[in-house]
Amino acid sequence: MATYKEFLLLKRDFGGLIILFLMPLVLVITITIIQESTAQQIFNSKLSVLLIDNDKDELSQSIISNLDQNKLLKVVDQIDGVVIDEKKANDLVLQGEYKLAIVIPEGLTKNLNTKVSQNVSRVLEQFELNEEKQIEDKLVDTQQIKLYFDPALQNSIKNAIKSSIDNMVSKIETQSIYKAFKDELEIEEVAFDNKEFVSFLEINPQKNNVEIKPNSVQHNVPAWTLFAIFFIIVPLSINMVKEKNQGTFVRLKTNPISYITILGGKVLVYLSVCLIQFALMLMVGLYLFPYLGLPNFEVNGSYLLLFLVAIFSGLSAIGIGILIGTIADTQEQSAPFGATLVVILAAVGGVWIPVFAMPKMMQIFAQISPMNWGLNCFYDVIIRDNRFMQILPELLLLGLFFVGMMAISIYYDKAKNRV
Amino acid sequence: MNEVIIHIDQLAKKYKDADYYAMQALDLTIHKNEIFGMLGPNGAGKTTLISMLCGLLKPTSGSFEIDHLTYQKNRKQIQYLIGVVPQEYALYPTLTAYENLMYFGSMYGIRSDDLKKRIDKSLSELGLTKFSNKRIKTFSGGMKRRVNLIAGILHQPKILFLDEPTVGVDVQSKNVIIQHLKQLNKKGTTIVYTSHHMIEAQELCTEVVIIDHGKIVVKGAPNNLIKSVENAINLEDVYLELTGGELRDYA
Repeated sequence: MATYKEFLLLKRDFGGLIILFLMPLVLVITITIIQESTAQQIFNSKLSVLLIDNDKDELSQSIISNLDQNKLLKVVDQIDGVVIDEKKANDLVLQGEYKLAIVIPEGLTKNLNTKVSQNVSRVLEQFELNEEKQIEDKLVDTQQIKLYFDPALQNSIKNAIKSSIDNMVSKIETQSIYKAFKDELEIEEVAFDNKEFVSFLEINPQKNNVEIKPNSVQHNVPAWTLFAIFFIIVPLSINMVKEKNQGTFVRLKTNPISYITILGGKVLVYLSVCLIQFALMLMVGLYLFPYLGLPNFEVNGSYLLLFLVAIFSGLSAIGIGILIGTIADTQEQSAPFGATLVVILAAVGGVWIPVFAMPKMMQIFAQISPMNWGLNCFYDVIIRDNRFMQILPELLLLGLFFVGMMAISIYYDKAKNRV
Repeated sequence: MNEVIIHIDQLAKKYKDADYYAMQALDLTIHKNEIFGMLGPNGAGKTTLISMLCGLLKPTSGSFEIDHLTYQKNRKQIQYLIGVVPQEYALYPTLTAYENLMYFGSMYGIRSDDLKKRIDKSLSELGLTKFSNKRIKTFSGGMKRRVNLIAGILHQPKILFLDEPTVGVDVQSKNVIIQHLKQLNKKGTTIVYTSHHMIEAQELCTEVVIIDHGKIVVKGAPNNLIKSVENAINLEDVYLELTGGELRDYA
C-alpha cells in the first residue's frame, strides 16, 4: 500500500513526471549534440589570426605560408587595407574581436640563419670539412614569437594552438638546419627527406578478436544518464519534506508501522522511475542519435548487466535522497542542497573531467564517489564488455553505499523521535 | 468512577533553546470512557501535552502510562490502542478521500474488505460518501477536517486524541464532528481533545482541565467548574476568570 500511495502521488503530479522523464532526455541529447558539434566546429571552422610580420623575410614568409595551410587558422595581416601593428593587435585581441595575434620579431630570419650557420659550421669543423671558413662569433639571442590570446579563450584551445605553432616553428627550424648543411657542403643534388620519421598509430585493444573502439556517444550516454539518475535525489527529498510539512508524516509516526516500511515504498517507486529514465535514455542513444547525425550508441556488453548497474546506481542515488529528506526540514534546505550535491558528485565522479586528470586530492575523493563507481561500471559493460564477476566489486560498493545511507536515515529518525 | 486509562506523573517539557518550560511537572489522570477536554490559551502547553501522549515528543522529565503501557516498552501496542487526529490536515492533497483512508487504514493491518466497509460507513456517517473519489485538495476546510477524523478512527482505537478538531470549520461541519465524537464515546472510546471553543467543550466534555503556562489551573466536570466560580454562567466565564484577560503571545 505504501508503494501504491507513492505511485499515485507521482502519477498525480503530471508536471513533476514530465520533468522527471523529459529533462534527462533533453540533457543527454543536448550535451551529446553540443560536444559532438563543438568538435566538428573546431575542425571545420577557421580561427582568424592577426599576424604582425616585423621580419618580412624568408622565415616569416615560411611561417605565413604554413599558417595559411593550417586547417584551423586564417591569417589576417591587414584590416580595411591598413597593416596592423602590435598595439592595434593587442587592443583587438583584448576586446575579443580576434582570438589570437602572432607577432614575428624583426630579424628573425637573419638571426636564425646566423645561429644555424654557427652550429653547422661548428659541427663540420669537428670533421675538418670547412677549415678555410671563419666561424662568425656573433652572439645570437633566443628569438621570441609573441602570441596574444583573448583572455576569454579556453585553456584547452589555447594549448592546442600553442602546440600547433610550436610544432610548425620546429619544422621550419629543422628545414633551416638541413638547408645550412647543404649550403655549407655546397651540394645541390642531395635531397634530404624532410618528412616526419616518427608517426603515431592508434591501436584499439581487442577482446575476443573484436576491436574495442569507443565513440563519444559511448562516453556521453552513460555519464549523463548517471547524472540524470542521481537527480532523483531532488524530487525524492522534496517528497519527504512535503510529508513533514503537510502533517501526514506526523500521522505516519503515530501509526504502528516502521520507518523502513515507509521508506520501502519510496525506494521501490523511485527505483522504477530511475529504471524508466535509464531505458528511455538507452533508447534515445540507440534509436534517435543516428537520426541526429550522431555516432551510434553501441553496447559491447550485456544489456542485462547494464540494467543491473542502473539498479545499483539508482539505489545509491535514492539512498542519498532519503538521507537528505530525513534530515531536512524545509524544501529550501533539501532542493538546493540536493541539486548542488549532484553537480559536485558528478564533477568528482568524472562526468566532466576524467579522474586521472584531476588533482591528487580530488582523485582520492573520486574513489569514494558513488557516481564514479557507477560510471566505471557502465564503461566496463558498454565499452570493455566486462562480465558480471568483473563488475561485482563496484556493484557491491554501490549496494553497500545504499544500505549505509538507509541505516543512517533510520538511525537519525529513531534518535530524533525517541520518546 | 471508571478505571484510569491515562496516568501522568510529574511530566515536564522544555524545548531546545527555549528559556521556559512548556509543560511543568504535570500530574493528571484520565478515566476510561471520558471525553476529556484540555483547554487553555495559545502557548499554554495543550499541544505539547497531547504530542507527548501520542509519542511524537520526548518529555524532558516525568512519565506517563497509557492503559498501563509505556512508549519505552510497548510503543507498538500503544500505537494500536490510540487514534490521532492532528491539528493539521494530515492528508495527501493529490489523493482522493478514499485513497487517503485506504492508505492510513492499511497501516493497522485491517483486512482490505473490512477496511473498505469501515471507510464507507464512516464516510456515510460524516456526510462524505459522494465525495469519496474526489481529491482532498478540492475539499473545503470542514470536509478535510471530517476526513482527518475518519483517518484517526478507522482502526477503532480505545483512546482517541484530537488536537483542535473543529478549528476553522463552519457550524454544520462542527456539529457533525461533535455528534460523531459523542457516538464514538457511547461505543466506548475515551476521547482526549484540545480546544479553544469553551461552549463546545462545555457541551461535549465529561471532564476538563484548564492549562496555563504549562501548569494545571483547574480540573473538573464543566458544570462543577461553572458552579465554583462566582457569577459564571458558562465555561468561558470560568476560563477568563482563571486565566485572565491578557494576551498570550509566545515566540
